[in-house]
Amino acid sequence: MYVLIAGGGKVGFYLAQELLNSNHEVLIVEREGGRVASIIEELGDNVLHGDGCEATTLDAAGVARADLVAAVTGDDEDNLVICEIARRRGVTRTIARINNPKNELLFKKRGIETTISATTAVLAQIEQELPTGEMIPLLQMHSGLELVEIKLPETSPVAGRSIREVLLPPESLISLVVDPGGVPRIPSGDTRLQAGDALVVVTRRESAAVLREALIGSTHGLDT
Amino acid sequence: MNVLIMGCGRLGARVATLLDQQGHQLTVMDTNPASFRRLPESFGGTRFIGNGMDGPALERAGIREVDAFLAVTQGDNRNYFASQMAREVYGVKRVLCRIYDPVREEIFRELGLETFSPTSLGAGIMVDMLLKPAKG
Repeated sequence: MYVLIAGGGKVGFYLAQELLNSNHEVLIVEREGGRVASIIEELGDNVLHGDGCEATTLDAAGVARADLVAAVTGDDEDNLVICEIARRRGVTRTIARINNPKNELLFKKRGIETTISATTAVLAQIEQELPTGEMIPLLQMHSGLELVEIKLPETSPVAGRSIREVLLPPESLISLVVDPGGVPRIPSGDTRLQAGDALVVVTRRESAAVLREALIGSTHGLDT
Repeated sequence: MNVLIMGCGRLGARVATLLDQQGHQLTVMDTNPASFRRLPESFGGTRFIGNGMDGPALERAGIREVDAFLAVTQGDNRNYFASQMAREVYGVKRVLCRIYDPVREEIFRELGLETFSPTSLGAGIMVDMLLKPAKG
């Protein structure tokens, strides 16, 4: 398979190395002379010095007979242009690296279906590891007390209950309730809590885990 | 007409000034606030600091309300990218785009954008000036 790689940065370089190891034909197009020299040193004569966004450079690289074009520069606009030109030259398989996840939509609308975004991948991983209900530490006080913000998830065991009914760890106090509309209220025992409320709570540092359990519920979502 | 111009270089500032004088509603955006000095004091439109390749910045600059979007930064690829964003994502009716590189300009035009290349136009004018000198 002949793979044309536009952009000889780290992504382009290691991609080329892997493909060469699997006996594919590879050509990197790289704009910067110094980078070209170091790629030649490492990978041999598999690099063309030029701007991959210029149709003439891509033509010189034999884009028309490429089985795949991978646009992996650090600039989304360059990657879009490279893919567009490659497709005009008859390449059916193009892969674009995307840096700003928000740009994914535009690539899709332009018919460039295969996009790779490291930002999106890392983000997805992080979101998976975050529990749904959040407890954000706001302030550590000298007395060993702590001020935290807790947003009640849909599954909160206290949603629909009045504050009087809520069992909190010792020396813990719900001091402010901000409803989903953003209106803050100083709660009384009769204040009814609902999912989406943000609570500002004073608690002891060592009680934080118990507090989370009481207001957010089990982070594994097993208890209801 | 409500027009958003990306890039306040010589061309962007000049087009903005002309349209402003004709009573159109203008917003000029540029990443470098110093570039707005190219606009005359009398300019009645909005100066907006922001990157036209960034969706949220385009939205704040009012891309959803404009009748036309003009992409005239120094970067051909940036102009192409922002133009396609205006057209494909925000559905702007008229999108005009400057592309210096004549080869790329032709490709982008074939892809459906309204483009022009100052290089091609300038070359044509110079050849005409040289070969068909004004009679005097």
